Amino acid sequence: MVTAGETITTLDLLRWIPLIPLCAAAFNMFFGSNLGKASAGMLATSAVGASFLIALYVFLRLPAAGLFSDMLYTWIESGGFQVRLSFQVDALTSVMLLIVTGIGFLIHIYSLGYMAHDEDMARFFVYLNLFIFFMLVLVMADNLLVLFVGWEGVGLCSYLLIGFWYHDPNNVIAGNKAFIVNRIGDFGFVLGILLLLTELGRQGVWSLDFAELQKHVRLLSPQMITAITLLLLVGAAGKSAQLPLFVWLPDAMAGPTPVSALIHAATMVTAGGYMTARLHFLYALAPGTLEVIAWIGAATAFLAASIALVQNDIKKVLAYSTVSQLGYMFLAVGLGAFSVAIFHVFTHAFFKACLFLGAGSVIHALGGEQDMRKMGGLRSHMPTTYRTYVIAALAISGAPLTAGFFSKDLILWQAFSHGALGLWALGLLTAGMTAFYMFRQLFMVFHGELRAAEHVRGHLHESPPTMTLPLVVLSLGSIFSGWLGAPEYLWGSKWDRWLAPIFGAQTHHGSLESEILVTAATLALVGAAIYLAYLRHGRAVATMTQEAEPRAGAFYRLLLNKYYVDELYDRAVVRPFTASSAWLARVFDPLVIDGIANGIAGTARRASELWQGLQTGNVQHYLVGFLVGTLALLGYYIGQP
Amino acid sequence: MVPLSHYLILGAVIFAIGVLGVLIRRNLIVLLMSIELMLNGVNLTFIAFSRFLGSTDGQVMVFFVMAVAAAEAVIGLAIIISVYRHRQTLDPQELQLLKW
Repeated sequence: MVTAGETITTLDLLRWIPLIPLCAAAFNMFFGSNLGKASAGMLATSAVGASFLIALYVFLRLPAAGLFSDMLYTWIESGGFQVRLSFQVDALTSVMLLIVTGIGFLIHIYSLGYMAHDEDMARFFVYLNLFIFFMLVLVMADNLLVLFVGWEGVGLCSYLLIGFWYHDPNNVIAGNKAFIVNRIGDFGFVLGILLLLTELGRQGVWSLDFAELQKHVRLLSPQMITAITLLLLVGAAGKSAQLPLFVWLPDAMAGPTPVSALIHAATMVTAGGYMTARLHFLYALAPGTLEVIAWIGAATAFLAASIALVQNDIKKVLAYSTVSQLGYMFLAVGLGAFSVAIFHVFTHAFFKACLFLGAGSVIHALGGEQDMRKMGGLRSHMPTTYRTYVIAALAISGAPLTAGFFSKDLILWQAFSHGALGLWALGLLTAGMTAFYMFRQLFMVFHGELRAAEHVRGHLHESPPTMTLPLVVLSLGSIFSGWLGAPEYLWGSKWDRWLAPIFGAQTHHGSLESEILVTAATLALVGAAIYLAYLRHGRAVATMTQEAEPRAGAFYRLLLNKYYVDELYDRAVVRPFTASSAWLARVFDPLVIDGIANGIAGTARRASELWQGLQTGNVQHYLVGFLVGTLALLGYYIGQP
Repeated sequence: MVPLSHYLILGAVIFAIGVLGVLIRRNLIVLLMSIELMLNGVNLTFIAFSRFLGSTDGQVMVFFVMAVAAAEAVIGLAIIISVYRHRQTLDPQELQLLKW
């Protein structure tokens, strides 16, 4: 780990990167409805734009091995333990900053068009800006606790935005599901933080600052590090929708599509990967945990991709695709290739945001239709959307010289060169399936005949420029963002050099020949998968409507029903929980809780009934008592010797 | 000379008559008069001690008691008139609102 020679510079500008969106959110919250929809949206968008410009400035000023920091105030001080609310920007954070503000800015612009017909546009932008704020806090935090604040904040905004159209109870349920599943993950995360804090504290280091942690991490025993990293992994798996906590992400697609693009594809769900990369010094000392992460990642990638093969909802395909790509990131983390993982976060942000926004454009044009069986032939109606979608689909499939090609290949190569052939095989198959489901979707949506309902055909239109412009920019990013991380046999990786001060130089095993060979194998499989998708869905237009028929029998149904994971959780967790709650409400609560409360009250009441006869209201009766009392006292004192 | 004990017994008897009146009479005005009787029983005791101990402290106290008794009679009678106007009765047994 290279930490020596690091220069820390104070830069007060940093605080404004998160604060500007926060101010815009606060302003829109109180005055947004008076401001009018368009102005509120413009304000929110320009706030994120301003953050992006500052982030860009910081990025350009950042020295190779340097660190900007900006301390606001001391948040918690207790004995030797101190938590400061302070931000830092190093090479890793600067990259995440650009992703969050850059993609966030584009998606804000897109939302101006997409949400134009929505009554509640101001509220939408409040949530969106709030999300950007919390996400920036998350990536800029210089200690675990502030990171956790951002972590919870983005979860909250995710919940709010999934249930944005709260008139439909299904959306509310989806929001609750996302929130509750994330709570399970965050429970592990909190336990991990507490364990880390107390264990280091026992060694005399009371701190959660990343710099301090990195300096003193050797004080911990290996078993303890494994325990801590596994607990933190639970949090990461929840946030990044990994096995077994991935179930919330597909349902999260109930939110507006820009939200799916921003939160549930490009930024928030990558927080788990970011957190592990941020704590790479901890994870590097826990090989057992890394292996678990790698297998979780590979298994998630594979299972999610296989589910995506047969889904018919345009956004569900992309949702499972996201889960699958997040699996790739975890696979890379598990192989210890942190910079590769962040590289995939970076490229994925472009092409997946582009795909989601393209899907949003299609849904917008079709008046809310999401079933791909009712689409088709949109190529001629929406040329810009079509072109950008093709580029992004090629990128995620890993076509040569697109972004996905570089990042995914690096991950597969890492797996292969580490000798983890099982992981590599899973990743390779996933790559093939990715290409298949993406092109299946492309053919179903844009090629063939238009199968849309009659009333929709009338107002079929290409989306307005506010929506197509972000698509074009993102599609360009889907190609060129990958060029920063080219392999050695092309022009070498700028990316690795940029992140080297944080993760250390990446070691390359294996020869160039085998690397090219692995790439060739992937490409061959991807090509075959695309061709297969063309055979199945590109030509046979007539059979498309029968897509839902279970031609492949049981296995097809298994995939269509997502391996019955939701049903499994329903049986194993939700139903026992609701049943026990119902029992508590029906039996325990009235009998025990109410029994205690009513018992105490009843005893008091019966005791008073016993004595209430004394209170006659007749003053002369009281005076008799008074007299008797006085005489008794008198007699007592006179009787004293 | 009449011994001290006679005065004290007389004071105690007057006081006891007052107490009995307060406890058993059914008219608020008589109740008030009985209270006056109790005060006067006490006053007599004060005066007797003052005379026999050769100290004026008791007499000073009596003046206080008389002043307070006068004020008390005024306020008491005012209250009684007010009660009578509202309830058309002065029987304490009829005035039993303050109970459960």
